[in-house]
Amino acid sequence: MTRFGTCGLTRRQFLAASAAATGLGIAGVRPAFADVNWRKFAGTTIEVNLITSPRGETLQRHQKEFEELTGIKVNSEMMPEQQQRQKAVIELTSGKPSFDVIHISYHVQKRQFEKGSWLADLTPFLKDPSLTEASFVMSDFGSAGVSFATDSKGAIGALPFSVDYWIVYWNKELFAKKNLSYPKTFEEMVAAAQALTDPKSQTYGFVARGQKNANVPVWTSFMLGYGSSSIDEKGKLLTDSPAAIEAAKLYQTLMTTSAPPGIAGFNWAESQSAFLQGKIGMWFDGLGFAPPLENPEKSRVVGKVGYGVMPKGPAAHAAGTTGDGIGVTAASTKKEAAYLYVQWALSKKVGADMLQTGSGVPFRTSIVDDPEVRKGVKMPAEWVDAIVQSAKISKLSLPVVIPVTEFRDVMGVALTNLLSGGNPEAEMRRATEEFRPILERSERT
Amino acid sequence: MNTAVPSSSDGKKDAGPRQPKKGSLRPSHWPFIIPALVVVGGVIVFPWIFTLWMSVNGWQIGVEQHFVGLTNYQRLLTDARFIDSMGRTLSYTALSVIAPLFLGTLAALIFNTKLPGRGILRGIFVMPMMATPVAIALVWTMMFHPQLGILNYLLSLVGIGPQEWVFHPATVIPSLVLVETWQWTPLVMLIVLGGLASLPAEPYESASLDGASGWQKFRFITFPMIIPFLLIATMIRTIDALKSFDIIYAITQGGPGTASETINLYLYSVAFTYYDVGYGSAIAVVFFILIIALSLLLIYLRQRTSWLLGDA
Repeated sequence: MTRFGTCGLTRRQFLAASAAATGLGIAGVRPAFADVNWRKFAGTTIEVNLITSPRGETLQRHQKEFEELTGIKVNSEMMPEQQQRQKAVIELTSGKPSFDVIHISYHVQKRQFEKGSWLADLTPFLKDPSLTEASFVMSDFGSAGVSFATDSKGAIGALPFSVDYWIVYWNKELFAKKNLSYPKTFEEMVAAAQALTDPKSQTYGFVARGQKNANVPVWTSFMLGYGSSSIDEKGKLLTDSPAAIEAAKLYQTLMTTSAPPGIAGFNWAESQSAFLQGKIGMWFDGLGFAPPLENPEKSRVVGKVGYGVMPKGPAAHAAGTTGDGIGVTAASTKKEAAYLYVQWALSKKVGADMLQTGSGVPFRTSIVDDPEVRKGVKMPAEWVDAIVQSAKISKLSLPVVIPVTEFRDVMGVALTNLLSGGNPEAEMRRATEEFRPILERSERT
Repeated sequence: MNTAVPSSSDGKKDAGPRQPKKGSLRPSHWPFIIPALVVVGGVIVFPWIFTLWMSVNGWQIGVEQHFVGLTNYQRLLTDARFIDSMGRTLSYTALSVIAPLFLGTLAALIFNTKLPGRGILRGIFVMPMMATPVAIALVWTMMFHPQLGILNYLLSLVGIGPQEWVFHPATVIPSLVLVETWQWTPLVMLIVLGGLASLPAEPYESASLDGASGWQKFRFITFPMIIPFLLIATMIRTIDALKSFDIIYAITQGGPGTASETINLYLYSVAFTYYDVGYGSAIAVVFFILIIALSLLLIYLRQRTSWLLGDA
């Protein structure tokens, strides 16, 4: 079979591509991926490792389109995040991972991946016009996205895929019954939560994660409102600072006076189930959990849900932020083909679908701000407004450290202890002392 | 056994079976033993030696391995989470052995009588044992839910207020033991039922002639004679409860906080979540020693009572 030039195209592929390009030209349509030689690696097979999530499902749903566009065959596997993280660490440590592309949670894996040098630096690819669209620029990912993607040496690892802001889902019907309006401050949030709570009718004002580990972003998000993150720029722990203790007190107050029984065992799923029943005033969690709330088959609160930006704290107004990235492994022998997949995963088409179905929020501002894209969003307009408002006050809610799981476990146990009457100051000090040597050991080795 | 070797007339030995040299095996035995040795060596001995080796190394995935001697074991002595998990493991095991043992024995005594529909009832009774632990865990998780679970609804029918079950540190262990008991009582029942079926009728006949009551027959005849079976059931349940992981992990993941974190769960976190394989191996070694010690104790007790079965 005749091959054209060095790009590896067959005669048939070349003719098909030319015909398609001519057809689009006649129709006056500018192809979305006009400047990139997408078929340069046709015939290559790449392995993709995804986290089980609506975002991963979006990629798999559109995978065939990528294969048709590029001629690259994709074998993608999707795994629950805990298992995926274990598999990633073990395989990447071995030096021979079974995947070329990996989907990571920045808030858990970023520092670990940087230290292991497990991801390829995508800077040369981003600068190559034959591989990268002109509109695909880092500034489009926003400051949080750029900071997630860039390592301490300035290399670009995983590119920002999906952002998750922590918002307050609130039940408008319950608020109306008590003549309450959506809280603007932490103080008002506590007052509203307590006013809505009525154990006799099994109605509770507030729900959030109480389960160890999962509960930590709740507390760190509160901490941002008290003007502090959990770790400073020099790596010093601030988890027993006055702001941390105040945030712990707020967590304790909300969860012990206004939350349903058994809250210590609640993760996001239990919180969501409780909110779906229509007897919870406010649910504080990531905005990616919204779609079931508007699904009449699953929810008793369809059309009654408000999507509120995090109320203002005494020192700052901040929305805790986490995010996913997608990158190419340093050990991959098909980096360019894998990079094309990454770029496609972050394309407008995929991002728009993710946003419109409520599966996730793309980091790229050119997608989120596009009026055409926003027209197709199936979620209520208030949900999109919450995204836009949260983006303006976005701050990372978890520290970028290697032992982030230990951080979440140790701090998480302290927070769970608060739910059975623990003293916030003593618990946060004890947990900080317990975690400090773990952090020091991780940075030393 | 006396095996005379016939000799031929010229004084040479016959081509009959050769006598093995004293204290050695005939070479022809090795082909049969080697596969078993390879399997045992590869599947049991090597992993254990490797675990022991890892336990004396600082080995965190992604970091270079280095020899640390007994540092990991010293760290265990001051690790409050490990010490707490040890206590929790023992209490969880004790409850998960005693409850099924008591209920299983009771069930065996009931099913040993001539009940109408005994066969069907026995079949239904053993069904929990056949179910997949993770599936069971998911069903129980839903049942335990404080607001949506059926258990609180059932309690409300008899005027008892809602409980927090696995969602509260104080009730999580008893709730998990409830699941374990529900699943494994049938096993104890089957073992004890087997024992009851093998008991001789004569002691009961003479006891009846002597005017013994039903309780006296159980106390002085049945119970002593089924002790070896109870010990077997205890041993199986102890080992099983000690290494219980699936149900606890699927229902609580060791929570709330660390209220149901047994050694197994802590070991899993250390090795596979924190990737501290060296320290995790040290925990595994200590845990193994604990299981061996308890098993040896039970085997010893079992041997002490084996006269009852006539196999001393």
